[in-house]
Amino acid sequence: MSTTIIIKNLTKRFGKTVAVNDVSLTIESGSFLTLLGPSGCGKTTLLRCVAGLEDPDGGEIYIGDKMVFSHPKGISVPPGKRELGMVFQNYALWPHMKVDKNITFALEIQKLGQDEMKRRMRESLAEVKMEDYEDRYPREMSGGQQQRIALARMLAYRPKVFLMDEPLSNLDARLRMDMRAELKRLHFSSGATTIYVTHDQVEALTMSSYIAVMKEGVLQQLDTPDRIYRFPANLFVADFIGNPKVNLLDGYVDGQGSVKLETFSIAADTRNARGSVVLAARPEDISILTQPEPGAVEFNAYSVLPSGADTTIVAKNGNIELNVREMGISKIKMDEKIWLKFNPTVLNLYDKESGNLLAG
Amino acid sequence: MAEFEISQQAFSLRLLATTRRFLHWLTSARVVLSLIMLVIMFYMVIIPLYRMVETTFTYQEKDVYRVPDAQVGQITLFHYIRMFNSQMSKPYLRDPLVHSMVVSFGATGLAFFLGGLLAWMCIRTDMPGRKLINQLALLPYIMPGWTIAQAWTVLFKNRITGGAPGVFEFLMGQSPPVWLSYGPVPIIISSALHYYTFFFLFVTAALMSIDSSLEESGELMGASRRRILMKITFPLVLPALLSGFIMTFSKVMGTYGGPALLGVPVKYYTISTMIRSAIGIGDKADAFVLAITLILFSMINIYINQKLVGTRKSYETIGGRGFMAQVAKLRNWKGILTTIVIVFQILVIVLPLGLLLFDTFMLTTGKYSLDNLTLHNWIGESVKTINNGAPGVLRNPKIYGFAWNSIRLSIWTAFFTAVLGVILGYAIVKGRGTRLSRLVEQLAFIPYVIPGIAFGAVYISMFAKPFGPIPALYGTFTLLVVVSVAKHIPYSSRTGVSAMLQVGRELEEAAQLAGANTWRRFRRIIFPLTSSGFVSGFLLTFITTMRELSLIILLVTPTTMVLATQTMRYKENGDDQMANAVIIILIVLVSIGNFLIGKFRGGSLKKGLGM
Repeated sequence: MSTTIIIKNLTKRFGKTVAVNDVSLTIESGSFLTLLGPSGCGKTTLLRCVAGLEDPDGGEIYIGDKMVFSHPKGISVPPGKRELGMVFQNYALWPHMKVDKNITFALEIQKLGQDEMKRRMRESLAEVKMEDYEDRYPREMSGGQQQRIALARMLAYRPKVFLMDEPLSNLDARLRMDMRAELKRLHFSSGATTIYVTHDQVEALTMSSYIAVMKEGVLQQLDTPDRIYRFPANLFVADFIGNPKVNLLDGYVDGQGSVKLETFSIAADTRNARGSVVLAARPEDISILTQPEPGAVEFNAYSVLPSGADTTIVAKNGNIELNVREMGISKIKMDEKIWLKFNPTVLNLYDKESGNLLAG
Repeated sequence: MAEFEISQQAFSLRLLATTRRFLHWLTSARVVLSLIMLVIMFYMVIIPLYRMVETTFTYQEKDVYRVPDAQVGQITLFHYIRMFNSQMSKPYLRDPLVHSMVVSFGATGLAFFLGGLLAWMCIRTDMPGRKLINQLALLPYIMPGWTIAQAWTVLFKNRITGGAPGVFEFLMGQSPPVWLSYGPVPIIISSALHYYTFFFLFVTAALMSIDSSLEESGELMGASRRRILMKITFPLVLPALLSGFIMTFSKVMGTYGGPALLGVPVKYYTISTMIRSAIGIGDKADAFVLAITLILFSMINIYINQKLVGTRKSYETIGGRGFMAQVAKLRNWKGILTTIVIVFQILVIVLPLGLLLFDTFMLTTGKYSLDNLTLHNWIGESVKTINNGAPGVLRNPKIYGFAWNSIRLSIWTAFFTAVLGVILGYAIVKGRGTRLSRLVEQLAFIPYVIPGIAFGAVYISMFAKPFGPIPALYGTFTLLVVVSVAKHIPYSSRTGVSAMLQVGRELEEAAQLAGANTWRRFRRIIFPLTSSGFVSGFLLTFITTMRELSLIILLVTPTTMVLATQTMRYKENGDDQMANAVIIILIVLVSIGNFLIGKFRGGSLKKGLGM
């Protein structure tokens, strides 16, 4: 059974601010789509529109073959009838009900028999590895445990679509790692179409089949994580994705197969570029040499920041400052001379004016 | 032709869509509940106000004798001219207005001084016994507002009103001066001793929430204690002071008990007592002009205060990190000051109660000897020569009837107020930012600015005749419940809103996604989660209604009499001991209610005041 979600020209305003601005998306049945963006970009509002918790001011939403919302037709199916489950940022477990009641609440509404309810509750608790917690109140559990119960509550009534609103943001870093793996596994085994909201790019990159990056209510790019990372559609996406941040350098293309920067030039694929551009180089795409070499540019090691698995080196040449990533612990010392070499095949060029990617 | 048909079809489709969208909006729980609340408040607040204003602009039956060619129901400015620009104006309106202002400013000022000082001493000095002082400060508020006034008459009664001498005269051998017995001074003092609790609560909360680093940084810059107090502390608690000011001023303006007991005997009328008297002689329209004047003054006062503070709630935004402010050292004064404060507090509570209780044991008023002591007023059989033949209060079935009226009035009022509170809270919080929500919130605030006695007056005009689907309610018990609920709407919406803010919206949304309909969400999620606010709101309304006088004094009839109004009735008939016995019964009942608040986890007087 297909549960492809189609969003057409969706717009939602709050007073004068446009929270979601004419967004169109198709989420294939069974895929995991992440809405990614800084806070206030409209990602949560978009999710809430799909859930039916907000009434959009324009556009249409289909879930499977069912139209659940249409502004032009005046249709809005209530949230409870959209057959979707949601996990909230603060879990939203009902504090006055024990775990069992929290889970069976929806099942009672579906008028399931006692035995069936029990069975479903056990199954879903087993799914999140919380078998012995039926008799606990939410406040008697840790944040991570509450998170699992919130998941179990959603799983128990078997929605066709999972909606998750920053479900991991209230957990500590370590637990977040574990839960990422669990969530991805859960999606894999259930096959439910999932929309996941986060501002954490690592979460988005590690878990999604597709990522939709948003900014100020406008969809910036919808693509696979790999392509989002490799070919950000514009400077905003390029800047938002990647840690340490991508290096963005103002330059000029005069048709010589290279980009002229302030004090030096870099060889790049400039077939579609002319005039003022911004050059984007990921920190790991720049190699560090301790000896001069043709094509390598001399820099000063301004700061060296090892972090175990890799080292970030902040390199300076005049006003140009670059982040460079080296695997392992670097032997470079601060204020040493280094030579940087750019890999021309992975550099992206952006139009200075529009900020859009100039396809290579 | 075909084109025309298509565009017509498109038009009807668009119309259909718009209708559907409207219906979708209209049938959402928040909108339905908001609209129900609007209708209820429209009936309970707006229409009565309108009817009152309407009455003042039309000739009434009595006016036919005053104006030769007047016809009942004809539109006229007669009552306004009569009240503002005739020889009636001075005794009926101008003097009482001046008196009301004098009393309100005086009482508010004194209450401000007492409450503010006490709060400062409790929070910002090293005075021992602060906890006790804190608790004692709340007690006067539990007693009915006119308790101290009534005790005052026992103590300072003088010969000017005739009858028996008071305790003061018995002890001192001479009659106390009139200014001490009656008039503005005793009214101001007795009201202030009741209302200083407001200031105490507001200022304590404000002082506690001031971030101490604000004061510390002043100190680091070398400012003196005094300078810090004036330049930093005072401006920060100013909003709290003004909130206390608004509340106290409005309450004193609309209060009936004190001015009736201590002003009327010497013809020192305030607007509130004059309203009652005008209604008593059948000049309803005149009374309404007075009530409108009172409402306008109350509104102007609140408006000015709001302009000064910026917003009525700004005291809530002071909030900072915990409380670790430096305390002023009282040194040698410690013992003396503590003693003075505690003695003062006990005097304010114990002395009035003691006087009232003592008075109920006297057979003949004003005869201070041991053989005059009796339990007759409490348990005696009916004797023709005593108390107009009434039996002792505990033997009097009527008193039990009135007590029952008091209790059931309080229970019904508290119940409906609590229910309205939850619904108002839901409608306002869920709709935050929408015009509908703002409208509901503003409408719910209106009864706040209408002083108690004026609110009672408003209701006389409204429900004397059937109106729409509502039958004539005048003289019924239902009317008392309706007016009490209406007057409590501002408080219930405030408690409702704060209770609802505690319930994260996701909790309801999660239930919504699980397919729960509105009723189920209320029953299973919203009611259980707001029940603590609901119960403390319930108990608070219960005790405030129990001792409410000003609001219902104009509306009770012999069958719907409650304890509070019965004490006034006994006072008016000169049965002082009976009046005092009844007020003691009332205080006992209220104390039981207050005890229950304390028992209930999380409930408190402070919470009920919306703090």
